[in-house]
Amino acid sequence: MRFARGGFALWLGGALAAALLAMALLSLVWTPYPPAAIDIPHKLAPPSLAHWFGTDRLGRDVASQIIAGARVSILVGVVAVVIGLVFGVALGLVAAFRKGVVEDAIMKGCDFVFAFPALLTAIMLTSTFGPGVVNAIVAIGVANVPIIAKLTRATGAAVLAREFSLAARGAGRGPVAIAFDHVLPNIAPALIVQATIQFAIAILAEAALSYLGLGAQPPQPSWGRMLSDAQSVLFNAPGLAIYPGAAIALSVFGLNLLGDGLRDALDPKLRARS
Amino acid sequence: MALFLLQRLSVLAATLVIASFVVFAVMAILPGNAAETLLGPTATPEAVAALMAKLGLDQPLGVRYGRWILGLLRGDLGVSYAYGSPIAPLIGASLTVSLPLAAMAMALSAAIALAGGVYAADRRGRAGDAAVMAFTQVGLAVPSFWLAILMVILFAVMLRIAPAGGFPGWADPVRALGALILPAVALGVVQAAILTRVTRSALIEALGEDYMRTARAKGVTRRAALWRHALPNALVPVLTIMGLQFANLIAGAIVVENVFVLPGLGRLMLQSISNRDTLVVQDCVMLIAILVIALNFLVDVACAAIDPRLRSRAA
Repeated sequence: MRFARGGFALWLGGALAAALLAMALLSLVWTPYPPAAIDIPHKLAPPSLAHWFGTDRLGRDVASQIIAGARVSILVGVVAVVIGLVFGVALGLVAAFRKGVVEDAIMKGCDFVFAFPALLTAIMLTSTFGPGVVNAIVAIGVANVPIIAKLTRATGAAVLAREFSLAARGAGRGPVAIAFDHVLPNIAPALIVQATIQFAIAILAEAALSYLGLGAQPPQPSWGRMLSDAQSVLFNAPGLAIYPGAAIALSVFGLNLLGDGLRDALDPKLRARS
Repeated sequence: MALFLLQRLSVLAATLVIASFVVFAVMAILPGNAAETLLGPTATPEAVAALMAKLGLDQPLGVRYGRWILGLLRGDLGVSYAYGSPIAPLIGASLTVSLPLAAMAMALSAAIALAGGVYAADRRGRAGDAAVMAFTQVGLAVPSFWLAILMVILFAVMLRIAPAGGFPGWADPVRALGALILPAVALGVVQAAILTRVTRSALIEALGEDYMRTARAKGVTRRAALWRHALPNALVPVLTIMGLQFANLIAGAIVVENVFVLPGLGRLMLQSISNRDTLVVQDCVMLIAILVIALNFLVDVACAAIDPRLRSRAA
């Protein structure tokens, strides 16, 4: 029964994540209308065959914007997760190999970064450099680092204590070789699961930043900004606030499910911890 | 406990000092220049230099940092460029909205998480557990600001029983609290999703401990054992996560305040960004960092008070 549920999460989550990716790829070659094309005479049109989700206050096709909006979500998510993985894994491995003061310093540093959620970092960066998607990526990426670092240290230290790691050490292999040959392959499942979940969190953070005007800038379509646009016409066209929000929620839901499903599929031992 | 407190206080002080360095570094040392941003790309170098002198930006970094920190310690946060008034009262006024909002959201999420977590852990693997977990999945996926917008659509646009936003001020406490209810629900419900999962898994772990078997063998009822023995032991991870979540709660509050047009810290920061009022942003970010770090310090102390083992381990 439990296995079946894990399988269901994996498939549904995988399908939703694949749909997100497919939308982003599709938008590179085709959208029903150019997403930024303004058409004032047809503004605030209700959903129809011509405009599946209607048009916004500038007459832009909502469906096209939703499809193209997947691009920013994926871009920010992927780059922010890669930043988190590169720095987080490096710091976590150093902490796991060099115990004592170095480990303490890295872990204290991680706790410290937790005090600066992505939004706060993005606000600082924006007020210094002006708004833009790069700030959003940096801010979300920095917030990912301590989470990945803590996971890498905890799981990495456990692998280092196993017999095969001790044997490799005894055979005279250096820390870098042990890290790549023994530690990373063994902690990869846990990292993949966490990366999936951080991807979901990054999509949420990007949406919040773009909603506030701190992330993707016009004319780049973004679900968060669509929501803030929709808010100005909430009394005339409440439906406009439904579609982008649903797109965010479904993407995040799918990635979270995928993470849970992967956890069950890749490493049954991890299940007990969550 | 005294030694533990002393040790934690010194860590707290060091953390605050590092936080002030980081905030100052990002806001003041990075290549973006407040005066240039303020005047725009067409500004002449002379105009930039004059404004830099007026803002004190031509001073050496050490002097600027020292002035800022000494001011902070005296409660003097500097003068807002855009409003032309001292920053401390601006932030003070915004906190009368943001702090009650954060407190209400936190209380709500703790109440939901405790109820949902205990209910689910008690029925582990059964339908009730699955239902609670399904709800938490929804809570994890829905952005708090979208939930806020959906509530505006439902209560203000369709049912017309609540205002779409705004804040009447504390002169009328009932209406003021009323204006904070929807924002607090939007924030609290989403926060509760994570906290419910933590409560549930911490409780499930505690329920499997030997002392639970002993309590049951002594004839304590299942329910009493859960409340008297399992729950207090499960509280340490729950409190810790609540402390860590506080930073996210503040971040969420910044966004939700904008949905409901509440004159809180979040709106002050965003207005200051569009006014290019860097010092206000710098002070607000520092204040939030202080709040988050101080709250996590309190959580540490509270956990040590609940669980004596944590004291000896740290000292």
